[in-house]
Amino acid sequence: MGSTGSTAATRSEDWDIVLVPRQEWWRIDLKEFWHYRDLVRLMAHRDITAQYKQTVLGPLWHVIQPLTTTFTFAFIFGKAAGLSPPDVPAILFYLSGIVSWNYFAGVINRTSKTFVGGANVMSKVYFPRLVVPVSMTLSSLVSYFIQLATFLLFYFAYWVKGPVSWHLSPWFAAMPLLILMMAALGLGVGVLVSSMTTKYRDLSFLVGFGVQLLMYASPVIMPLDRLAKVPWLLRIFKLNPMTPVIEATRAIFFGKPIDWAGLGYTAVVTAVVLGVGLMVFHRVERSFADIV
Amino acid sequence: MSTDDPHVIEVQDLRKSYRLGVIGGATLGDELRVLWASLRGRPNPLAPLDADADDQRSGDLFWALRGVTFEVRRGEILGIIGKNGAGKSTLLKLLSRITTPTQGVVRMKGRVSSLLEVGTGFNPELTGRENIYLNGTILGMKIAEIDRKLDEIIAFSGIQHHIDTPTKRYSSGMKVRLGFAVAAHLEPEIMIIDEVLAVGDAEFQRKCLGKMKDVAGSGRTVLFVSHNMVAVQSLCTRVIWLQDGKLIMDGPPDEVVKKYLHTYTVQRAEATWPEGTAPGREDLDLVRVALAHDAEEGVLTIDDPFRISIRFRNQAVESGDITVGIHLINDDDVLVFNSNYRDEPTAQQMFPIGEHTVECPVPGGLLNDGDYRVTVNVIRNGRFYFRVEETISFTLQEAKRRGTYFRSHGGVIRPLLPWRKVD
Repeated sequence: MGSTGSTAATRSEDWDIVLVPRQEWWRIDLKEFWHYRDLVRLMAHRDITAQYKQTVLGPLWHVIQPLTTTFTFAFIFGKAAGLSPPDVPAILFYLSGIVSWNYFAGVINRTSKTFVGGANVMSKVYFPRLVVPVSMTLSSLVSYFIQLATFLLFYFAYWVKGPVSWHLSPWFAAMPLLILMMAALGLGVGVLVSSMTTKYRDLSFLVGFGVQLLMYASPVIMPLDRLAKVPWLLRIFKLNPMTPVIEATRAIFFGKPIDWAGLGYTAVVTAVVLGVGLMVFHRVERSFADIV
Repeated sequence: MSTDDPHVIEVQDLRKSYRLGVIGGATLGDELRVLWASLRGRPNPLAPLDADADDQRSGDLFWALRGVTFEVRRGEILGIIGKNGAGKSTLLKLLSRITTPTQGVVRMKGRVSSLLEVGTGFNPELTGRENIYLNGTILGMKIAEIDRKLDEIIAFSGIQHHIDTPTKRYSSGMKVRLGFAVAAHLEPEIMIIDEVLAVGDAEFQRKCLGKMKDVAGSGRTVLFVSHNMVAVQSLCTRVIWLQDGKLIMDGPPDEVVKKYLHTYTVQRAEATWPEGTAPGREDLDLVRVALAHDAEEGVLTIDDPFRISIRFRNQAVESGDITVGIHLINDDDVLVFNSNYRDEPTAQQMFPIGEHTVECPVPGGLLNDGDYRVTVNVIRNGRFYFRVEETISFTLQEAKRRGTYFRSHGGVIRPLLPWRKVD
């Protein structure tokens, strides 16, 4: 090997790929991720179609589960316990919370299995691992939109039946931002958990349970104004970054004032969680093949 | 290709260690210490200090690669050879970015496609066509690019008729064909291939090799890992040899392969026993068992004749009716043949007191390639007297024959038979 060739190549520092033992935490190659956008699309598509192979009801399951939960909640918490707010039909109140929560919880539950579930392919071929959780986050949107449409169906049915004391806020146009926030928060938590489960398997058991617990600390079931008398509980509820999102969704549909400060808090938490999640994920994806 | 071509791969002092034993045994406390140190920009307090250790195992770490440095120029077909465990797979895993180095740097130019395991990510429920898209995008292709090459990929795979069948109904050979077809159309600047030739029939192999040569011919670069020395010699323009995680030779294929084969061909060509420890009985024992051959460069191939000689000592009070025989056993523990000195009708059978050597010539063009060991049987007065297991062992290498098929041939033996056309 001539040393002249070696210096020539080193001089032209146009290497496309440089592999080194340690890379800065924040160096996430978004350009490369963008190059693989078609893979995101295909994986999301495969997710959606594969889910319903060999099921009889297919996508109807997206509707059956939230409706059953809604009726249960409406009966137990609304009718029996009298907890639902007086000015909104219990069905709409619970369904609006459940639809948002289902998406958030679904994204966490699925993306948290990124590494453990994808070990087989990932130990054989390289691609930006982030493709997997991002495609899951996107494919979960299908279920979300079906559920949202179900909610809207009920919403307009109540309207037609009327008379109602509420109205749709013009902020409805800002729904995509709320969805984006939920998606980013769910993805952030999911990639964080998936990175940690490569070493600590216990976490995968904890996560489903933890997400469920978190729901009880959100206004999915309990309207915030019922908590006015228990300030410490209200504080816990408000710490949950999903609380402002659910509250804002309801504010939009039932024409109430939006809690901007709360949404600002969620935005900050989302940015931090997603940022930390991506960094940890990036770190783990480099060494993951040696562990699994 | 010339020495003026630019480097497309530079590997500098590449090292990789794996933790032995229980994986993930690190405590949370250790993790936090490492994290704290890295946040302050300090070196990892738990980092191994003994990367230069001469031993592959040090502490609870196993050093699969211990400082490998080489460069690859554009258009080269670089063969990587070495025994199992020499670090070849680790090197490929690093180059194909499945894992990251423990120390050292790898720099590469252009798109890298790696065929460590073709057809990775095939979803058994999806059809061949759908899997072309999925696999292609996993390998970094755009959907539009696959659209454009789809017909060519399907034609190359040779499974047009089953392209809309779910791949779970495919044979393993079909999956490999489809996988290779996709990967071969990636148009990578660097292509990494690991023993793809071990699968598929002769025709498909020819296609694969042709594609490899095309890739290299069009100014791109191929890294090829194989145990098949004939394939390495006929395809590669340069070969590196890894042993125990180190690069021990880098040069023209013929030179490196010859040296490599020479090192591994003869495992134990001679067995001798000092007086008193010789196996056998009091009045009759073995002195020496040896392999002899005149093969070029000391590399014994399946086409080279060789001889197994056995020296024994008759210490009885009189001449004896003695015969010796050998069992040749291959690496599958199959008895390939059992041959006795007495099989030769004109052989002398009475041996006076003293030492005698008999020799069994084995013709070339008879045995298959692989590892062999020799068991010696001794018969006296027509009755089995004693046996010495595994006296010597040796390896027969593949030979270059016309129309060579780069794949292990089946069969216990592989005789060269005088085929002829009769009609």
